[in-house]
Amino acid sequence: MHEMGIAQELVRIALEALPQDLKDPKVASLNLRIGKLSSVVPHSLTFCFEIITKDTPLEHARLNIETVPVVIRCDTCGRQWEAETPVFRCPDCELGQVRLISGREIDIDSLTLLD
Amino acid sequence: MEIKIRKNILEKNLTEAEKNRHFFREKNLFVLNMMSSPGSGKTQTLCRTLEQLMPDIQVGVIVGDICTTNDADRLAETGAKVTQINTDQFGGDCHLSAPMIDTAARKLGCDDLDLLIVENIGNLVCPAEFDIGENARVVVLSVTEGEDKPLKYPLMFQVSDAAILNKVDLLPYLDFDAPLAVENMKKVHPGMPVFELSAKTGQGFDPWLTWLRQQL
Repeated sequence: MHEMGIAQELVRIALEALPQDLKDPKVASLNLRIGKLSSVVPHSLTFCFEIITKDTPLEHARLNIETVPVVIRCDTCGRQWEAETPVFRCPDCELGQVRLISGREIDIDSLTLLD
Repeated sequence: MEIKIRKNILEKNLTEAEKNRHFFREKNLFVLNMMSSPGSGKTQTLCRTLEQLMPDIQVGVIVGDICTTNDADRLAETGAKVTQINTDQFGGDCHLSAPMIDTAARKLGCDDLDLLIVENIGNLVCPAEFDIGENARVVVLSVTEGEDKPLKYPLMFQVSDAAILNKVDLLPYLDFDAPLAVENMKKVHPGMPVFELSAKTGQGFDPWLTWLRQQL
């Protein structure tokens, strides 16, 4: 629902990362890592990104989105596992205190310039 | 050529949230972020909470809504200091962000407060994603919603420190399975305290107030 705001922040960060001395830079792709538990829909993000990058160095840049799995760790027994469903209870000790190791990422890792 | 960036895209909000946290710490203020879907009874829960806590505990409220000051008007009747954020007159942001809280908290004035409660915009998705510099988060679910909501909106229940199951006075008239709803919350967030209460009748309200007082 808030993908437009995220697309705007993404564009700001990407433009800031472009080398100042480069004349007419063109970005080929942005490499993102989006956690499965984050409330970001890749399709919506791409849609918003395309709209707001017209006539910028990011126009036609591809969003490569790597989906990061939800990994949970139980601090009580030390078990670590990948959750396929939103059941985060430790399968071994039931009442253990669990912690999210990954799955909430909304990160930009890098960008690739067009040669 | 590849340029490494390695940043959280929401870094600007996170930086602002940290600034808020620092500001609130300096004021010795505990900040609670209250979230739920629309119509779960957040405002009524808050009205009763304020009536019970004040005047021993000085409470301020920041209310977020897309439109209207209806909730702020209701809450102001309790005597608490209240300010309203409207994200847009005709359909604005779906969540409150850290910079909005900074502006609202300064407008409200926090010097004489012990507790600041932020009533977030009714939405079980987006508010879970945005840190506003709070100390704790509470999610409200009501028995007129579905028992499976925690499994449908897992992030909200995973990031919350406590949950309220509201409107339990309606249980005799509904097919809602309260133990199943609580079980689903605990599947998503093992160990999270869940308070089953009715903001309308006051049933089950004491454990919630005890928990809240303990946080301060």
